[in-house]
Amino acid sequence: MTASSTQGAFAHRDLLGIEGLSVSDITYLLDLSDTYVDQNRQIDKKTSVLRGRTQINLFFESSTRTQSSFELAGKRLGADVMNMAVTTSAVNKGETLLDTAVTLNAMNPDLLVVRHGDSGAVELLSQKVSCAVLNAGDGAHEHPTQALLDALTIRRRLGRLQGLRVAICGDITHSRVARSNILLLNAMGAQVHLIGPQTLLPVGAQQLGAGVFNDMRAGLEGCDIVMMLRIQNERMEGALIPSVREYYRLYGLDREKLAYAKPDALVMHPGPMNRGVEIDSAVADDPERSLIRDQVEMGVAVRMAVLEALAANLPNNLGGDNLGKDA
Amino acid sequence: MSLAFSNARLLDPANGLDEIGTLIVEKGKVAAIGKSVKATAKKNIDCKGMAILPGLIDMQVFTGEPGEEYRETLETASRAAAAGGVTTMITMPNTNPVIDDAALVDFISRRARDTAIVRVHPMAALTKGCAGKSMTEFGLLREAGAVAFTDGDRAVMNALTMRRALSYAGTFDALIVQHAMDQDLQSAGVMHESELATRLGLAGIPVAAETTMIDRDLRLVELTGARYHIAQISSAESVAAVRAAKQRGLPVSCGVSATHLMLNQNDVENYRTFAKLSPPLRCEDDRLALIAGVADGTIDVVVSGHNPQNEEAKRQPFAQAAYGSVGVETLLAGLLSLHHADGVALETLLACVTARPAQLLGLEGGALSVGARADFALADLDAPWVVDADALRSKSQNAAIDKRKVQGQVLACYVGGKAVFEL
Repeated sequence: MTASSTQGAFAHRDLLGIEGLSVSDITYLLDLSDTYVDQNRQIDKKTSVLRGRTQINLFFESSTRTQSSFELAGKRLGADVMNMAVTTSAVNKGETLLDTAVTLNAMNPDLLVVRHGDSGAVELLSQKVSCAVLNAGDGAHEHPTQALLDALTIRRRLGRLQGLRVAICGDITHSRVARSNILLLNAMGAQVHLIGPQTLLPVGAQQLGAGVFNDMRAGLEGCDIVMMLRIQNERMEGALIPSVREYYRLYGLDREKLAYAKPDALVMHPGPMNRGVEIDSAVADDPERSLIRDQVEMGVAVRMAVLEALAANLPNNLGGDNLGKDA
Repeated sequence: MSLAFSNARLLDPANGLDEIGTLIVEKGKVAAIGKSVKATAKKNIDCKGMAILPGLIDMQVFTGEPGEEYRETLETASRAAAAGGVTTMITMPNTNPVIDDAALVDFISRRARDTAIVRVHPMAALTKGCAGKSMTEFGLLREAGAVAFTDGDRAVMNALTMRRALSYAGTFDALIVQHAMDQDLQSAGVMHESELATRLGLAGIPVAAETTMIDRDLRLVELTGARYHIAQISSAESVAAVRAAKQRGLPVSCGVSATHLMLNQNDVENYRTFAKLSPPLRCEDDRLALIAGVADGTIDVVVSGHNPQNEEAKRQPFAQAAYGSVGVETLLAGLLSLHHADGVALETLLACVTARPAQLLGLEGGALSVGARADFALADLDAPWVVDADALRSKSQNAAIDKRKVQGQVLACYVGGKAVFEL
């Protein structure tokens, strides 16, 4: 498995979302990720696929696990990785997003990993740079590598995605993880159930190609996978849900509610978890049922695969032309 | 032990029943009912043609328990209710503390079980402290026994809060009950905004204070699909708004107080604070439109709006006096005045205080079906009497219809087959 053998197999310059990916694109990325899972379990985890490449992780929103996952992925592929957090960037001094993009582009990065609090911001930025852009989460829009790592986790455990029933529970309205997962799971032939109180279900949820439920018992019926989403503190205390205790009573995943799903249903969570809010520790830490630690491991492999796939499409000789495509 | 009530006019709108016959009660339930039923019970009561009707469900009762027991307790309210043929009271959360927590709903239920002689179901607060800001735990409150959610005599002014509450209520198919009164438009108003208010020198409450709130909420109902109920409407325009909303298929219902069906703004003349109500008594045209609304089914329920206030609260300059009138004891008499004076069908009127509220709140009761709990009243529908506020059983005597001639006297009231009131 070398860069040249995969050249052009993934025909996209950027990875901005799951939307726009074909079934074969997704399958290709998952297959490639599989090989990195094995490599990451060896003593020598490094390859030189990205040797000489520069990867910048540009995070306008704070992140621990996604940023470190991307950093590790780039380093294991041999890239030079630089982390830029918003708190230390010029954005705080009034620079616009596009100014930041142009400035960074002038440093000739090859791969730009971007997280931003506004939906569509990563795509906007991608229009102004000449390198490959990876969306590490934009607002409530998409988080494609999360959906890919979730799919990889499920596929490795159950052998398939086709025909599975996956419940996504919690704050669907504000979740980019949910949106990317709905797109990916639908594309791969899985059935999605969205579960939450009406205040956390977005307008038009039914039209996203998912079943919509207010009740855990009804929504979890027949589910192979139960994916819990994090509840942000600012959503609680009466704004969208009245209290933590009511949320936990109605939607917190404990053994009793998990029993509504299939007997061997598996539990996932993109992290970080609020124990005792959306998920009970007994469920989260159950090695038989919980895939939460697997998800973290798969995250690094998926990000390595995406970095490799995008790098394969970069011109081998930039020739000094570092203007934006549409500049 | 079984009881037979023979030779009674059996009235039960839920089952379309209006015939002379016999009601048999066994083990607290209706064992048989109808004209062909034979009085085979051990004890037979000859009703001499008097009416038997399902116990009334009063969908809006304020009490002072907990916190202001001097005004009314669950016990005293229940005694007044029983004397009025009301076998189920729906209590409002505006107490001290406000009923906004599952433990407080439980408190009301337990206190009622231990002290009240009729059934009590609390509505819980819609927002914490009825402050209109953040919604309460509808799920836990329902589990504890709350039948609906309302801020009682306060409106939810913030549209976003209302939207979210309606949306969240949709999760449970819960009923949201609004006091439709825009507080900004009400401002310092204390009575209907009219020429009379001008002559009295009192600040008015425009009809628009009610209709703008209803219009706003109807938009939000359209957006969220939640079940929405206006506790009391007071104007012709509100009747029209609700009628139009129902025609559009919105899950909307509304109530009116029996007092508003009998009185109009002229009753506040001479600064009669007993007639100071919220929403206010409006014009005669409004009153007639409300009666028409009851007759054609636009208005779903008739409530007492029972709101006991003591003398200190009412013997005040009009602007400073408390709002509200007692009424649970006179609900049936008030309702029957529409039958006697305004010609509204008895079946329609009774449905507004029996089958319809039961249906809206998802309560057992409101019907005399075989197997149902034997909650019923025995009444002389025609007997004339004069309301004497001082003789009412409530702890407070602030009756807006004091000294008024009415027709319809409750003779006895039964809850679960047991007599809780006998004249």
